[in-house]
Amino acid sequence: MLRRFDVHRATSVKEAVRLRQMLGEDAAVYAGGTELLLAMKLGVARWPHLIDVKPIASLREITATKDTLRIGATATHWDIERDTVVAKTLPAFARLEASVANVRVRAAGTLAGNLAFAEPHADPPALLLALGGRVVLEGGAGSRSLPIADFITGMYQTAIAADEIIVAIEVPLPASDVRIAYVKFQILERPSVGVAAVATVRDGRFVGAPTVVVGAVDEMARAVPTAQFAGADARAAGTRDAIAEAARGAVEPTADLAGSVEYKRHLVGVFAQRAVDSLLAQAS
Amino acid sequence: MGKREIELRLNGVERRLEVEDQVLLIELVRGLGLVGTKLSCDTQVCGACTVLLDGRPVSSCTTLAIEADGKPVETIEGLADGTKLHPLQEAFIDRFAFQCGYCTPGMIVSAKALLEARPDPDAPAVRHWMEGNICRCSGYQTIVDAVLDAADRMRSAR
Repeated sequence: MLRRFDVHRATSVKEAVRLRQMLGEDAAVYAGGTELLLAMKLGVARWPHLIDVKPIASLREITATKDTLRIGATATHWDIERDTVVAKTLPAFARLEASVANVRVRAAGTLAGNLAFAEPHADPPALLLALGGRVVLEGGAGSRSLPIADFITGMYQTAIAADEIIVAIEVPLPASDVRIAYVKFQILERPSVGVAAVATVRDGRFVGAPTVVVGAVDEMARAVPTAQFAGADARAAGTRDAIAEAARGAVEPTADLAGSVEYKRHLVGVFAQRAVDSLLAQAS
Repeated sequence: MGKREIELRLNGVERRLEVEDQVLLIELVRGLGLVGTKLSCDTQVCGACTVLLDGRPVSSCTTLAIEADGKPVETIEGLADGTKLHPLQEAFIDRFAFQCGYCTPGMIVSAKALLEARPDPDAPAVRHWMEGNICRCSGYQTIVDAVLDAADRMRSAR
């Protein structure tokens, strides 16, 4: 049972922005509702107005240019995991999307909503951060694009302005020899830990430094300092141990249902190594 | 605002209803007497409230009824053809795939969407699809067996 509210169906980005300006703090942007309606049912959030952005046809599109994948704000996880453009240009992200929550959440929930809610226990932010993904916003002052690191500013906190809506998520497409891994451990509906790794590997060695990002354990996804691993032998036990150590040191885990601080820090080390193993197992 | 008219195709029957915006899909279907759809966790975790909205499995506990406007909705009551059970229902009985039965409507509705998308799944595919449907009695193996069995029956019936 939900308290009474009104849904306003926006049919253009312009109309959605105008509704945001008009309704201000009394309204939330609504698409899949998988996070929003839960929060409202629990009583932790109450909005008398919801602005439904699903009728805006252009926001559902998924397109790619030579160097950028663009996922519209109302594309659901279900859409993304099946999309032929995503499968062709960024298959690792399609696989991540196919593992988000459960099939019903994927059928309704959107990637943009997942980022906008900024729930720390989430899969997409870690890999999007590792790939240099950006959130494209549109508001009264025009449009702007923020890197994931600047968009998600804390637990359930984002840099989205009161009159803005997300219109798309853009991901720069990596060069063809770049390997991408996302590995996670999950016992409940949300990941206990997720580690993304992106690197070029030649003859078992990193070309330049790998990118490693730890998600779901801290208040937000955290990039692991990896400059010291530039050119390192990724197969060497010493490298793997040092990457695990660096990953454990990069996070301040939050104790919750998924585990204690110590346990999560342990998981981070194990899954950082598995992410490297996954990179090594891939053919360039 | 607040109240609007929606048209939906509920278990194959066109319905025109007036609903308030905040009404949930589970409230709508149960309010119409379709009480096979169960409320359990109320947080999209357990799957007991699963219905098909435009062919996709959704948690009716966390879906607004107005989302059904212009779309087909299928609940557990829509599966049997008169007294003839759907192959999934027959397989669940034959394989003893339930005990208390509370999760069963959601299990079967979710499995129906799987078999429509993928008529020949293997066991890992069934487990992955059904991992969001929780059962406290069966131990799951008989449920996976029943879904695979139903897939066989549906293929040979073609």
